[in-house]
Amino acid sequence: MAKITLKDLSHSYLEKQNNNSDWALRDINIDWKDGGAYALLGPSGCGKTTLLNIVSGLLKPTKGNVLFNDKDITSLNPVQRDIAQIFQFPVIYDTMTVYDNLAFPLKNRGLSDSEVASKVKEIAEMLELTATLNNRASGLTADGKQKISLGRGLVRSDVNVIMFDEPLTVIDPHLKWVLRSKLKELHQKINRTMIYVTHDQTEALTFADQVVVMHEGQIVQTGTPVELFEKPKHTFVGHFIGSPGMNILPCKIKNGQINFSGQKIQSHKSVKDSNYKKTQIGIRPEFISFSKNGIPVKIKRVSNTGRHKIIDTECNGGNIKILSNASTEIPNESAYITFDQKYTYIYGDNWIIE
Amino acid sequence: MNKTINQKAWYFVIPVFVLVAFNAAIPLMTVVNYSFQETFGNNVFAWEGTRWFKQILLSERFHAALGRQIAFTFIILLIQIPLGIAIALTMPKKGLGVPVCLILMSMPLLIPWNVVGAMWNIFALPDIGFLGHTLNSMGFDYNFTQQPGDAWFTTILMDVWHWTSLVVLLSYAGLNSIQPAYYQAAEIDGASRWATFRYIELPKMKKVLTLAILLRFMDSFMIYTEPFVLTGGGPGNTTAFLSIDLVKMALGQFDLGPAAAMSLIYFFIVLLVCWVFYNLMMKNEAKS
Repeated sequence: MAKITLKDLSHSYLEKQNNNSDWALRDINIDWKDGGAYALLGPSGCGKTTLLNIVSGLLKPTKGNVLFNDKDITSLNPVQRDIAQIFQFPVIYDTMTVYDNLAFPLKNRGLSDSEVASKVKEIAEMLELTATLNNRASGLTADGKQKISLGRGLVRSDVNVIMFDEPLTVIDPHLKWVLRSKLKELHQKINRTMIYVTHDQTEALTFADQVVVMHEGQIVQTGTPVELFEKPKHTFVGHFIGSPGMNILPCKIKNGQINFSGQKIQSHKSVKDSNYKKTQIGIRPEFISFSKNGIPVKIKRVSNTGRHKIIDTECNGGNIKILSNASTEIPNESAYITFDQKYTYIYGDNWIIE
Repeated sequence: MNKTINQKAWYFVIPVFVLVAFNAAIPLMTVVNYSFQETFGNNVFAWEGTRWFKQILLSERFHAALGRQIAFTFIILLIQIPLGIAIALTMPKKGLGVPVCLILMSMPLLIPWNVVGAMWNIFALPDIGFLGHTLNSMGFDYNFTQQPGDAWFTTILMDVWHWTSLVVLLSYAGLNSIQPAYYQAAEIDGASRWATFRYIELPKMKKVLTLAILLRFMDSFMIYTEPFVLTGGGPGNTTAFLSIDLVKMALGQFDLGPAAAMSLIYFFIVLLVCWVFYNLMMKNEAKS
């Protein structure tokens, strides 16, 4: 078990780096507590798998250090680091039985047969694989195989951290839920540091205590699921998390006044004038409501999801999405809306202004 | 709903039927025809029943040729398959080395078979050939035209040179299709290089290796041109493999009946071995 620290980490797959886009990862600083459950969330190509491979030791970072329990282990390989990793698709040893698959990492480390047997038995029970222990691993279903991959990480009692690289990609939707709760349950039971990489916000938010949102090789925000939802620090977090995502609307700031399409807007904190290239208002669809007066909008489309209504509106050529209860009466054609001041944020060059 | 009955689609099968008839069925049937009869030319035939089959199956000459054939195929498979895998494992996976290696590997496969035989004949000549001369000047008594051991050595070396590339290319393709995650998982599990090969690479190469073994078995079991040009079956009959012996019988002695019977037996051996081998290899596949 270990506390993990990433210090000023940058990585590039190129020999020479000319500009920011040549870096797969830039200036990553992370502190992960021992025994925590963390998620790395971001779209494909944002660098989350690269980051994971650096933590596991499959990749050496171009710059910066990886520390386990304050000890620099940047130059160590995965075996020396004592980590476990579960990949996107189940990696199993086809020719072995389920038992041999689970025993493989232990045998490689020279444990005695009786130790191996008791460990494998314990993990198989935890993962409900006991009945299939003597079957050939290649005959199992996708979720069974993924459980084996997981089991190979769990059998070793010395692992510092268990890492998941989008482990539910190939699992059927109805089994995803089951496996996910299993993971959560395992985390509570064995209390080891776990890092979970995904592009699926539901997976990240249900699994982790702390979610790290990544965008173009950088960490844009770290926080609990609630923090990410209620107060996105970057416009990317705003529209990536939540469904539909945050409304990001262009605005002008003059003399501490926020002006959006001719209307004064109150944000959660007063803002000063500054020299940002662009300033934007961020407001989640959940925090917009219809009112007697306010910002005039035209109703374009209403979609009913059952529990909610998503209303697409237009305001001076820009689109604003509104989420309201299914029971709310929707005005015809034109209406007025107001923003909940507490959840109205101002972003300067995509970062929140506080 | 009533299905419309229309059998006209069968007409489309006619071209294939004709093609197969002319390139396989009809020539094969003439062989079958010869194998049950005696002929004295002029299209005069006399029925002999299974006499030629009995004669071939009991003849020591056939047993000897079959023995040589099995030994040859067994030896070259034993060399080419492991060697091919080993070379494929050491080949580069990216960069300029890839096309260079692939082209070098393909070269022997592109050379016509009789040219390979002729090349090796000249190469191995004890007095003027590079290989033969070098071996002799190093103190080895090497002469493939007179010593059976040397003839075998040269024939096997030639076949290994000519055909190992095929195994290499197939294995290389198999190796390249393995996802990097398998290697990473093995690394994390602390697997040794040998264990990675044994539990990841070898199982993932199973299908291409099955194909490689089948192809090499068939080709080497039917080998004719290269040893014919290199040794002509000699010295004596020591490198007269089944095909060479068959041609001697059919065209040298003009024993068409026994030669036809031998052809059929030969054909069935190849067919049977391939069938048994393929089914054994694919048995586990079907289960999982």
